[in-house]
Amino acid sequence: MNESYKFILNGRPTEVTGPPMARLLDVLRRDLGLTGSKEGCGEGECGACTVLLNNEAVCSCLVPLFQVDGASITTIEGLSPGDTLSDLQRVFAAEGGAQCGACTPGMIVTIRALLDRHPKPTRDQMREYVSGTLCRCTGYERIFRAVEVLTGQREAEGVPGAPVDGTSRG
Amino acid sequence: MSVAYSPNTLAEAREALARGAVKVAGATDLLVIDHASFRQHAAVLNVLAIGELRGIHVDDTGLNIGASSTFTQIRQSEDVVREAPLLIAAAATIGAAQIQNRATLGGNIANASPAGDSLPALLVLDAQIVLFGPRGRRTVRHDTFHIGYRKTALDADELIERVIIPRPGPTLQFFRKVGTRAAQAISKVVVGFSGNRSGPGLRNVRLAMGSIAPVPTRLVEVEAMIEGEPLSPALADRVCALVEKTISPIDDVRSTADYRRHVAGQVVRRMLLDFLEEPKA
Repeated sequence: MNESYKFILNGRPTEVTGPPMARLLDVLRRDLGLTGSKEGCGEGECGACTVLLNNEAVCSCLVPLFQVDGASITTIEGLSPGDTLSDLQRVFAAEGGAQCGACTPGMIVTIRALLDRHPKPTRDQMREYVSGTLCRCTGYERIFRAVEVLTGQREAEGVPGAPVDGTSRG
Repeated sequence: MSVAYSPNTLAEAREALARGAVKVAGATDLLVIDHASFRQHAAVLNVLAIGELRGIHVDDTGLNIGASSTFTQIRQSEDVVREAPLLIAAAATIGAAQIQNRATLGGNIANASPAGDSLPALLVLDAQIVLFGPRGRRTVRHDTFHIGYRKTALDADELIERVIIPRPGPTLQFFRKVGTRAAQAISKVVVGFSGNRSGPGLRNVRLAMGSIAPVPTRLVEVEAMIEGEPLSPALADRVCALVEKTISPIDDVRSTADYRRHVAGQVVRRMLLDFLEEPKA
């Protein structure tokens, strides 16, 4: 039986009608048109669909719709101010923290949750926190450097050919 | 299409339980299987809404952990850190942050996977499981709860309300999960151990393993060999051999029976050697 569920999505009150066990990921992508969250494995292993549920990182492929009634949800779309990039996104681009891009939305959301808990995370804290958000391009080193540049733990160095401010050259 | 229940109290959950509604906690296993198999449930019950299932506290009965406590909440609980460090170690190995933020202790118990990481920890801590259903509450020992492969003592119209771990807990607590990689692997072998130092040996020995049998299992013969015996390298070797002889793991996608038998014995052998070298508490 389809029912109506209300929650706060990226700061805005939202109402969705759907089956109680619909996956939050499908509701976001199909019903609400927020395609930033990606489906990788659909099993909670890869983290590409990570969103913040009441400020905690969760895999949206494993959250049934009826459990988000009354909750607050932030997706990658909610982490960028308007059409610009957040500082975290800018530093990912400038320091080579993003390559093919498949993991990037989930990675940005995961790192956001990490920084909310550890404003100057150690490498061990970073490694543990992103262990459920798989990146097969960067080897994570560039991601960790990007975070350290953002938190002032490292000087910006950039990658050859990358625009230092993270804006597109196209 | 499912009928959905989100009751705020156990009393209000009775209707859903009487209908045999499928209990949904963190859904980290349930939704994977639902989605892959196109499975639909006639009725679902959101146990995360039920107030009585939340929270962790210590009282006269012991360390009380509400069934809907997530592994993140367990890791952050000072009560669990103090009373059951073994469970903290187990919680830290369950998936990654995204899973620990959702997966619950009650869900891990009810899901009844032979590879459930918290289960050997609960076994060696003598955990009791409090069940709630239409006939009221009943308490079952954790070591009688898992009765066969994915089969439990939980009736369809019952749910897990809380877990009680008696106090004071054992002073020696050990947990080791062997998986393919350090982070978020499903275990090949998982080992829990607890006991108290007594002179040159150990008393109240408990040893349990997961992924080596259809249910998480206590190795009582091995416990008996360790109980009260002075720790020594020779004892560690004898115990290792008995572990290898006692367990009967299987070949599956994650490992082989031979590897599991070997590594299970070695984990216990090295643990005993470490106890021998550590300064006595």
